[in-house]
Amino acid sequence: MRKSYLIPEFRVEIDHTRCRRCKRCIMNCSYEALSFSDRVVADHFKCVACHRCIVFCPENVITVRKNPVDFKESFNWTNRHRLDIWKQAETGGIPLTGMGNDLPYQIIWDHLVLDACQVTNPSIDPLREPMELRTYLGKKPDSLQFEETADGKIKLKEKPPKNIKLEMPVVFSPMSYGSISLNAHKAMAMTAKEMGIVMHTGEGGLHKDLYDYSDYMIVQCASGRFGVHAEYLKRGIAVDIKIGQGAKPGIGGHLPGEKVGLDISKTRMIPIGTDALSPAPHHDIYSIEDLRQLIYAIKEATNYKPVSVKIATVHNVAAIVSGIVRAGADIVYLDGFRGGTGASPKIVRDHVGIPLELALAAVDDRLREEGIRNQASIIAAGSIRSSADAIKAIALGADAVAIGTAALVAIGCRVCQTCHMGKCAWGIATQRPELARRLDPEIAAERLINMLKAWKFEIKEVLGSLGLNAIESLRGSRERLRGIGLDAQTLDILGVKPAGK
Amino acid sequence: MEKREKIVIDAKGIYYRELNEKIRDAIYNLKCKEIHLNNVNGQRYIGDGIEAKVTIVINGVPGNDLAAFMNGPTIIVNDNAQDAVGNTMNNGKVIVKGHSSDVIGYGMRGGKIFIKGDVGYRVGIHMKAYKNTVPYIICGGRAGDFLGEYMAGGVLAVLGLDENDNRPLTGDYLGTGMHGGVIYIRGEVDERTLGKEVGIVDFTEKDMQEFGKILKEYADDLDLDFDEIMSKPFTKIVPISHRPYGKLYSY
Repeated sequence: MRKSYLIPEFRVEIDHTRCRRCKRCIMNCSYEALSFSDRVVADHFKCVACHRCIVFCPENVITVRKNPVDFKESFNWTNRHRLDIWKQAETGGIPLTGMGNDLPYQIIWDHLVLDACQVTNPSIDPLREPMELRTYLGKKPDSLQFEETADGKIKLKEKPPKNIKLEMPVVFSPMSYGSISLNAHKAMAMTAKEMGIVMHTGEGGLHKDLYDYSDYMIVQCASGRFGVHAEYLKRGIAVDIKIGQGAKPGIGGHLPGEKVGLDISKTRMIPIGTDALSPAPHHDIYSIEDLRQLIYAIKEATNYKPVSVKIATVHNVAAIVSGIVRAGADIVYLDGFRGGTGASPKIVRDHVGIPLELALAAVDDRLREEGIRNQASIIAAGSIRSSADAIKAIALGADAVAIGTAALVAIGCRVCQTCHMGKCAWGIATQRPELARRLDPEIAAERLINMLKAWKFEIKEVLGSLGLNAIESLRGSRERLRGIGLDAQTLDILGVKPAGK
Repeated sequence: MEKREKIVIDAKGIYYRELNEKIRDAIYNLKCKEIHLNNVNGQRYIGDGIEAKVTIVINGVPGNDLAAFMNGPTIIVNDNAQDAVGNTMNNGKVIVKGHSSDVIGYGMRGGKIFIKGDVGYRVGIHMKAYKNTVPYIICGGRAGDFLGEYMAGGVLAVLGLDENDNRPLTGDYLGTGMHGGVIYIRGEVDERTLGKEVGIVDFTEKDMQEFGKILKEYADDLDLDFDEIMSKPFTKIVPISHRPYGKLYSY
């Protein structure tokens, strides 16, 4: 083999004087960076900084460092550029990556601050006052018509459209069985049930083990139609049509054949070892009218359950969403350009799409202007990292947020960005049985539940400080936000005043 | 509620949602085994998501997404059909005695779609097979571009039965991205129209036997002469690899 010009990104350092040579680090290293020949030896090239060896070393003697080797300094020719070119020069292929866009674009959430009550408008103490975080996703009627029944009672004339009830305005984002392990799915399903929220199946179908949780599932219909059949559609409480993904707008899904093992093949209903190709275009959708046709085909098949349409945020997003709502979608799922992925060409992940914050504000404005904001709920997604991001998203106009990476981090993910390799040492983004087994769904669910409970308390505290006792009252209330260090045009799009005004 | 073997519904002027409710009521409440729909005129989603062993006979032209997500019924259309027949269909049979249009059998996983006349563009895209369920689409006329694109399983056939029709049997981009299944064309295929991911292989005696069984069923269902269909040689198109894009990415 020809010599690679790449240098290792990380260095694994072991204090051999204190190492007891138990080899636990070697067993834990799924990337095969560690081996044993009279002592533990590291192949630094293979280390991805997943920290598994560090966490499980009983003597705490392992350190992983960024490789301190210097590059000739250049502000323009960053190490990142050089490394990518070397990889391309060696393979001729497109470098793939996992997780979300990590380039230093401005993160608008971090330039928005929330209001609080002071003297004349008292705040609310969430420890003593009831706080309402319950959220309903779906179409709300334009107006309510009542009629009197024979026995003098008043009742609604028409049945309102079906909605999804959430006990807090958070859902799990679509991460397919295939991109993540069944145990990770189980943990999310258990958490969704416990917390009264929902998870998305992603485009990988619904594993039979999760049928018991189908009241907490939004099932997905993507272009490859994997695992999509009448029973699957009927089991979900809603159906999501996946058009785009924040990490790869305009790009489809591609689960390589080597990951399509027995269980994946059963759930996706494809033969073992074949590529699962799910290109960006649904080849039956080339217009808003076509989208409407699929939305109503799904509604007909499911006795009019809510249908959601998931898109990546792109330049013309407001007009696109207007069309989607008019096509009959009950929920619009906006996935910002920092959204995560199991595998995406790096170039697309890092350079295509627009920030969620701007898209969200633009979409909310447009739907309000057109008088159709009530016809669909908006889920904001794409790197919601904390309850603060969630609260700000709701104040900007979202009905709820979806979390993917945050949920994975809660159960062990170290954001090493190598999900696409399928070697996840934490048993999350892998299908290898010996690795997937490392993730105990019960323990993972406990961690997820804890995180969401903490978020719930945090949201209530902030609502209290804002003098609100219902998340409903914050929705789209941009007067309660102020911008710091944002330019005038960005503030204008956000509909937010600068701090001090 | 009383059970009824056969029901006739006059679809004239009925909105599709109401018509489909009537059909579901007949199937699931009246336990009806045979439903005749008269004066159908573009109503969409007939048979959508229905899981039952029933026969639906359609007189008139049904609208888009006929038999979408369908799992079991037999639908006989005594006329033309529109777009997206059998979208993501799981099982069952659709017989169209006229022409049909674009995107027939998108992502279809099982069952059969038999069309007597021509079909439009993007037919059989993403068709897939799983275990013993193999979907079949047979078109008696000619097909447009993108036939069997991204096809992952199943059998697609184009017969071009009208010998006086001199148009090409299939369009461009035939089997592009195809990584499973097989396409049979009755007659010659211009290699220029083939996608990069497929190739022509010999039509063997074994193919003749297996495919012949389905063609017999097709001929019987559409009152065609089986021997006449078999009188011309077939071209067999299969994917070169089941991993056509395996080398696209690195690292």
